[in-house]
Amino acid sequence: MNLEELQQIASGVHNENLLFDFEVNVCQGTGCLSQHSDDIKAALEAALAASGKKALIRRTGCMGLCAAGPLVLIEPDAQLLQHVTVKHADAVINSLGATPVAELQCDLRQHFDDQDHVVLENSGRIDPEKIDEYIARDGYQGLVMALTDMRPADVIKQITESGLRGRGGGGYPTGLKWGMVAKAQSETKYVICNGDEGDPGAFMDRSGLESDPQRVIEGMAIAAYAVGASKGYIYVRAEYPLAVSRLTVSLREARRRGLLGNNICGTPFNFDIEIRLGAGAFVCGEETALIASIEGLRGTPRVRPPYPAASGLWGKPTLINNVETFANVPTILRKGGAWFAAIGTAKSKGTKVFALTGKIRNTGLVEVPMGMPLRQIVEGIGGGVPEGRTFKAVQTGGPSGGCIPAELLDIEVSYESLIQAGSMMGSGGMIVMDDTSCMVNVAKFFMEFCMTESCGKCIPCRAGTVQMHTLLTRICDGSGTMDDLDLLVDLCSTVKEASLCGLGQTAPNPVLSTLRYFKQEYMDHIVNKRCTAGVCNINHAAEVIA
Amino acid sequence: MSAATEIKTLIIDGKDVSARPDQTILDVARENGINIPTLCHLDGLSDVGACRLCLIEIKGQNRLLPACVARVEEGMEVTTTSERIARHRRTILELLFAERNHICAVCVANGNCELQALAQQLGLTHVRFPYRNPALAVDASHERFTCDHNRCILCTRCVRVCAEIEGAHVWDVEGRGADCKVITDLAQPWGDKNSSCTKCGKCVQVCPTGALYEKGKVGVEHPKRPDFLPYLNLMREAQ
Ligand SMILES: Cc1cc2nc3c(=O)[nH]c(=O)nc-3n(C[C@H](O)[C@H](O)[C@H](O)COP(=O)(O)O)c2cc1C
Ligand code: SF4
Ligand code: SF4
Ligand code: FES
Repeated sequence: MNLEELQQIASGVHNENLLFDFEVNVCQGTGCLSQHSDDIKAALEAALAASGKKALIRRTGCMGLCAAGPLVLIEPDAQLLQHVTVKHADAVINSLGATPVAELQCDLRQHFDDQDHVVLENSGRIDPEKIDEYIARDGYQGLVMALTDMRPADVIKQITESGLRGRGGGGYPTGLKWGMVAKAQSETKYVICNGDEGDPGAFMDRSGLESDPQRVIEGMAIAAYAVGASKGYIYVRAEYPLAVSRLTVSLREARRRGLLGNNICGTPFNFDIEIRLGAGAFVCGEETALIASIEGLRGTPRVRPPYPAASGLWGKPTLINNVETFANVPTILRKGGAWFAAIGTAKSKGTKVFALTGKIRNTGLVEVPMGMPLRQIVEGIGGGVPEGRTFKAVQTGGPSGGCIPAELLDIEVSYESLIQAGSMMGSGGMIVMDDTSCMVNVAKFFMEFCMTESCGKCIPCRAGTVQMHTLLTRICDGSGTMDDLDLLVDLCSTVKEASLCGLGQTAPNPVLSTLRYFKQEYMDHIVNKRCTAGVCNINHAAEVIA
Repeated sequence: MSAATEIKTLIIDGKDVSARPDQTILDVARENGINIPTLCHLDGLSDVGACRLCLIEIKGQNRLLPACVARVEEGMEVTTTSERIARHRRTILELLFAERNHICAVCVANGNCELQALAQQLGLTHVRFPYRNPALAVDASHERFTCDHNRCILCTRCVRVCAEIEGAHVWDVEGRGADCKVITDLAQPWGDKNSSCTKCGKCVQVCPTGALYEKGKVGVEHPKRPDFLPYLNLMREAQ
């Protein structure tokens, strides 16, 4: 394979598309599929056959606006249809080249216009199982350029220059990590893609793998070339069957096109990827636990150092990156590190995909440049909280993060500013809460998550989360005291500072951040025996007597 | 020997000490008579850094490091006790006491228990957390030994000694979080007729509490001898 051959494949696809007057893209992401968008596609195909029109009906990955699903996108005039059902099939086909179906029009310009799609550029645009469609949108140019034109060190230089940082939560500079693995002395090295994604409310990585799997595969291959690895693993949780099946097909397609396997692009570079299924433990997303899990051991974290870059899978130097981190790589190689570094803030470059959920109108997947004010994401792109409700907080970083209150909505999204606000970027979950959410209850929810997901290896996390959960439960049910609150704060400090891995170290964050911004709600529960949001079931007996 | 040229010097609690580069902070501290509390660590076994009692401070670093696994580095300044560390250590012990049923007065290990000894040493006088009183099983199926999960602190010494020294790998951990439990074979009774247990008793000797004990022996009659390991390893290396 060389650039010319890629070009040929691309023109093949373009020529084929020219045979059609229209493209009808039907979203087959998990969200729309759950509303039977596969039946809609079949109905559209049947209606099309009857109509005699020339249209290409394409299965695509997630279009992002899951709240309005099932979605259908009609090209060439970029007409987005929402809440499509099987019953609409005839009307949709009849509307091709005629008047659009008024009741299905989705007019959310601002939702899309404010976004900047790098990682999601192909999502909802191509058939995720057709490698040629990926190639037709410049796919694999990055890999071919790397293999034929660049030394591994040049690749790492581009990544370093781009300023890309890990999208799995920690934000570690990707170029630096690649450089470490590249420098490690070993015959055998591994590349691992972390697709465990266990945070509640997060579905960025799942969607990426479902919608544009070749992008992740290409990113991994480029990484493998850069660090000197010939074997890769994609670790996906078994609860993501669609991602797994699309990946399986995509790996086969990449091998068929000679983009995985031996002597890729006629060079001495060999690389292949295997899928490993996780059993859905949150802690298995932690890199050392994930590695243990691939090795067939119990998925528990171990003390670092040594870091995986020095001693990872089977004791060999191992590069482990998040799905979205890898998904950025092909574009960086194609457009250059400097191009990427021009997006974002001084220290947080590029874009970030967020899974916008909770009490918000436009639930779905969004990709925005780093540095965008939170307000623009929540109120602009997200459309704000539903009618009649008031915004209270936005939770980022999942169980490791915190809640950001209304008065801080103007901060920009970047690794630094979110940490400063007592939360963190995390992997990209963004849960919006309104006045019907009780912040103590929210803290309890996340603590319960950490408690049940703790691997149990170290004492502060295993036993500390249980006690914190008990204290939060007491406060929620109105039996908590001020002593309980002090004890809770004290425990937060020990669990944060003494736990072995990131799960325990960050488990207190939801408590600490809600205490920082919503202390009054804690006091209401403890002193006034009242839950202003009306969520907690407090026994009012005490109030009546007084 | 090249290692000799690589001797590191560091400061522990204000004292200048020297170390081989492969030594942990705990090794060097103990060599120099500086006591750091430990529970999961045992000389002769691999380290897991799980109990977190051995956390120490290093000058210039905000993060606390487990002394049992952290390697020495040239010029390091280590503090093994501070108000902050002492607070965490006491809280960790409190969490352990509240987690299962550690009622010393009726425990076979009373007077021979590392958990009890540490609590005394660190001046733990009361537990602020509600006792969870889980109802856990006692496995008395083995002809010579008993496993009382109520006293287990999940240090995994039994798991490691059995796998690493005896080579039988009878023990393991099942479950997650508070549901973790040590198990024999694939969660079969310890005394099962097909058990892979060799009855060597090493796990009983290394267990820091009364979770594993020899039947018919109580309290002072049941001194445990976890210190056999370094000798055993030394003898094996010498062979
Ligand atoms: C409890 C826990 C869960 C984690 N889960 C994930 C995950 O689901 N996906 C992920 O990419 N990283 C996860 N991480 C972070 C990984 O340990 C690791 O830092 C990351 O995969 C590195 O990739 P990056 O540099 O590209 O972000 C988790 C960390 C912790 C402590
Ligand atoms: S912090 Fe929690 S999840 Fe991490 S090793 Fe300790 S017990 Fe396991
Ligand atoms: S049985 Fe004893 S040695 Fe084994 S984990 Fe429990 S306390 Fe530790
Ligand atoms: S002795 Fe170091 S963590 Fe337990």
